[in-house]
Amino acid sequence: MEFFTTIQEAFEKTFIRQNRYMFFVDGLKNTLKIALLATLIGILLGILIAVIKVLHKQTGGKLKILNAIAEIYTTVIRGTPIVVQLLIFYNIIFRTSQNAVMIGVLTFGVNSGAYVAEIIRAGIMAVDIGQTEAGRSLGLNQFQTMLYIVLPQALKNVLPALGNEFIAVLKETSVIGYVGVVDLTRAAERVMSSTAEVYFPYISIALVYLAMVYGLSALLHKMERRLARSDRS
Amino acid sequence: MIEVKNLTKVFNKTNTVLNDISINIQKGEKVVIIGPSGSGKSTFLRCLNLLEKPTGGEIWFEGEQINSKKCNINKIRQKMGMVFQQFNLFPHFTILENITFAPVKLKLMTKEEATKRAEELLARINLLDKRDVYPSTLSGGQKQRIAIIRALAMNPDVMLFDEPTSALDPEMVGEVLDLMKELANEGMTMIVVTHEMGFAKEVGNRILFMDEGKIVEEGTPVEFFNNTQTERAKDFLSKVLI
Repeated sequence: MEFFTTIQEAFEKTFIRQNRYMFFVDGLKNTLKIALLATLIGILLGILIAVIKVLHKQTGGKLKILNAIAEIYTTVIRGTPIVVQLLIFYNIIFRTSQNAVMIGVLTFGVNSGAYVAEIIRAGIMAVDIGQTEAGRSLGLNQFQTMLYIVLPQALKNVLPALGNEFIAVLKETSVIGYVGVVDLTRAAERVMSSTAEVYFPYISIALVYLAMVYGLSALLHKMERRLARSDRS
Repeated sequence: MIEVKNLTKVFNKTNTVLNDISINIQKGEKVVIIGPSGSGKSTFLRCLNLLEKPTGGEIWFEGEQINSKKCNINKIRQKMGMVFQQFNLFPHFTILENITFAPVKLKLMTKEEATKRAEELLARINLLDKRDVYPSTLSGGQKQRIAIIRALAMNPDVMLFDEPTSALDPEMVGEVLDLMKELANEGMTMIVVTHEMGFAKEVGNRILFMDEGKIVEEGTPVEFFNNTQTERAKDFLSKVLI
C-alpha cells in the first residue's frame, strides 16, 4: 500500500500540484510548432538545393554559383553538430532577436534541408532518364520537366527515407532548451528541478515523443499507400 | 522540311558516332533508317530534335536552324513528335493526363479542348476505356500506342520513331505498326528507326542504310531491297532477311 501511496504522491507532484501539467502542455506546443515549421522549411530548402545540384549537372555546369552555394551549404550543415548550429544562430547570427522559438524553427529547418536535399537528389537520379527525354520531347522546358514529371516520381520513391528525416527533426528539437525555449524536454527538466521527481517527468515525455513518432510513421505509411496506387499492374 | 548539313556527333572527344551526314527530308516523306546496332541510327534521330547535341554541322527545321543558340528548342519540339523504344509514359499520370498534360501546360489548348482531342485519339485506337487508368495497368502494345497518340495530340508536323517496336512482345508488334501505317497513309511526315524490314518495305518511301556513322546507301524500298548496291548493305540484309 505504501508503494502505491508513493507513486500517487509522485504523480500528483509532477502533474497536478500548481497545475504543473501546464508546463508539459506548453512545452508540447512549442515542440510541435518547431518540428512542424522546421520540417516545412526543410522540405522546401531540400527540394531547391537538390534541383539546383541536378540541373547544374544536367546542363553541364551552367549554374556554377548556385551550385557552389548548395555544395557549401550541405557540407557545412552536415559537418557540424546541430547544437553548435543552434548556438551560432542564437548567439551570433540572430543575436538581436528575442524570438528564440523562431530561431529554433530556422535552425532546425536549415539543418534538415541539407539532409532532405541529399535524399531527394538520390530520388531524382533514380528516375529513368527516359522520363526527362519524354517531357522535353513534348516541348516542356527543363524546369517544367523537373517540376511536373521527375520530381513527383522522385518524391514518391524517397518517401520512406524522408519519413526518417521528419522523425529525426521531431526528436532533435529536444535540444532547443539550450537557447532557453521551454519545449517538452525542458518542461520535464523544470518540473524535475522544482519537485525532485525524476521518473514521472522523464518517462512521461519519453512516452509522448514515442506516441508522436508512432503517429507520424502511421501517417507516412498511409501516404505511401496512397502514392502507390499508380503502381499496381 | 528538315535539312541536315554535315552533321557530326562525337562522344567523349574520340568516339565518332555520326560522321558528316547530310540529308534533305520533304514534307510527307516516310524515311526509314535501318542498319546494324551501333551504326548511329538512334543518335542521328535524336539529333533531329536535339535530345543529342550535335558536335558539328547544321540542322534546319521549317526554315530555322535548330542547333543555333538563338533557336528556342522547346518551341521546335512542340512540332516534332517523338516515340521511344521504352514508351516513356509518365507513370504518375493517368492515360488522359499523359496525353493532355503538355498541350495544356504549354497553353496550346484549353483543358477542355485537350481532353476532347485526347478522347478522339483514344477512341481511334480503341482504348477510350483506359482513359482514367495508370500506365502500369497496360500491355506494352497499348503503352506504345498511347505514346504515339500522346505525341499526336500536340499536332506535330513530323513524327520521329526510335525503334518503336523493339521492346514489345512479338504479338504486340502488329498493333503498333498498324497505327504507324495509318499515320503514314494520312500523310504524316515520319522518320523511323526500325528493325522491321517488312514495315520499311511497305511504308517507307525512302530507305537510309547507316553503318559506322555514315549513310552508306539510300534509295526507294524497291531499289534498296531488290537491287542493293553496297556490299555492307547486302551483308546486313542477308543476316536480317531470313
